[in-house]
Amino acid sequence: MVELAQVATKTKAWACYDCGKCTATCPISRIGGAYSPRRHVLATNLRQQEEVSRNGTVYACLTCSLCDQRCPAEVGYTQLVQKLRELSFREGTEPECPHGGALQSVMRMMAKGGLQQDRLNWLTDDLKTEPEKGEVFYWTGCTMYYDAFFSEFEAASLEGTKAAIRLMNKLGVAPVVSANERCCGHDLLWNGDRKNFEALARQNVKLVAESGAELLVISCAECLRTWKVDYAPLFDGKPPRMVHITEFLVEHLPELELQPNGRRRATFQDPCRLGRHLGIYDPPRKALTAVPGIELAEMSRSGPRAMCCAGGTWSNCDRFAKQIQVGRLREARATGAEVLVTACPKCQIHFRCAMKDPNLKGEIEIEMRDVAEVVAEGLSR
Amino acid sequence: MKAVRTKPRPKRTPPKVPANWNPNIVVFACNWCSYAGADTAGVSRIQHQPHFRMIRVMCSGRIQPGFVLRAFERGADGVLVSGCHFGDCHYISGNERAVEQFEKTKNVVTLLGLEEARIRLEWISAAEGARFAQVINEFTDQVRKLGPSPLAGNGRAKE
Repeated sequence: MVELAQVATKTKAWACYDCGKCTATCPISRIGGAYSPRRHVLATNLRQQEEVSRNGTVYACLTCSLCDQRCPAEVGYTQLVQKLRELSFREGTEPECPHGGALQSVMRMMAKGGLQQDRLNWLTDDLKTEPEKGEVFYWTGCTMYYDAFFSEFEAASLEGTKAAIRLMNKLGVAPVVSANERCCGHDLLWNGDRKNFEALARQNVKLVAESGAELLVISCAECLRTWKVDYAPLFDGKPPRMVHITEFLVEHLPELELQPNGRRRATFQDPCRLGRHLGIYDPPRKALTAVPGIELAEMSRSGPRAMCCAGGTWSNCDRFAKQIQVGRLREARATGAEVLVTACPKCQIHFRCAMKDPNLKGEIEIEMRDVAEVVAEGLSR
Repeated sequence: MKAVRTKPRPKRTPPKVPANWNPNIVVFACNWCSYAGADTAGVSRIQHQPHFRMIRVMCSGRIQPGFVLRAFERGADGVLVSGCHFGDCHYISGNERAVEQFEKTKNVVTLLGLEEARIRLEWISAAEGARFAQVINEFTDQVRKLGPSPLAGNGRAKE
């Protein structure tokens, strides 16, 4: 009760005047999911803990933050959901992971420690990196795990990671890429497991601090959000400057000497973490269009209105998620773009999975790439 | 295309194997072949090492990476996945799916830095009691040589 009161104050849930815009906006509610953000806000205000935890509905939220954009009272619903999940998790409610909890297990193993991961087996000699110390730290995220785990979707998350390093090398930067990096803990945090999240966070903050890096470059939209927002209370002293890879590239565009790469029309999927959570809309578009010949064709809903890939935290894959993904892919196809570019490995995994639908394949299939990959294709060889 | 490794695999200093230490092994066995194979070993009174817990599933195809990874997360030193021989699967092709799932699991386990020898996939039929005992003995010895898993401890991961 006391905790719900604190949550209501912290997220401004008390300011809700019950207009229902959040539920009217919510992608899940709109396609018929038994889920309503407004109900959670009201339950928080009325201190109805049971209503909040009931049936795990709090895990149905995509945490895409679309409702936050619309709320006239500026209630931080996404932040509210994060807190409500923590409370539910403590009572023993966990989300039903569509992958059998495999990824959560991987994260918890990393949190427990004692492992010497073999996560850099893809690092070849043409990619110049430093093992421990340097001015720039490049955060790879868990792309190598995703490629191993989602092999059936031809997930190529690592290609974006490699491309980012190639681009940084071109700018004369040999970033630190550490074998001791652990999962940023994003998904555990959004599953409500704060304890393991904090264990990971502390190790990661320490790792980057010990590298002496002043600049932390991150490709994954989720890692970036976690570092910038959720790690904030954990920094001892001055945190490094944290930027998305496209923000870094935009600062140095002329030096990249980009050449035409044969691509002409691209469309950009704003990852919810990069866009609505962090407000980074322009840098990926600038980086993309810096490649001569590439024209950006926006989808009908883009920027702050962009539709989510419907699977942010390994906790909500169902028929509603599939419907959202199919709708989004149709939008991408309608732009006439030849490639759907994104900046989050999970967007890629979820859309690639949706494209496997044997009945709709021909209607929704489109090439998918990470933004760094497309830009790196423009590097002269 | 698989990248050619140019960096050496990081080495974990092997833990000292305590004297008289016995591993904690989780065995997943399918209902129709391997579990019955274990029964055959039992009724035939074939002796084998007892340091494993057996989990019966209806088909080896059900054993997804999450199962194996959770066993390691909670401190298992080794995980054995077993099912019907090819062509003998009660559900025709469940064991083919088991191979796919196992390969995926193996890739994730090695990324985490756990030794590949801590997991094993074996086909054991209902008649192969002696083979069940042999596989268990071999695998137990193999894991014993590796020592405790770096994640082993108080059973569940620290919470």
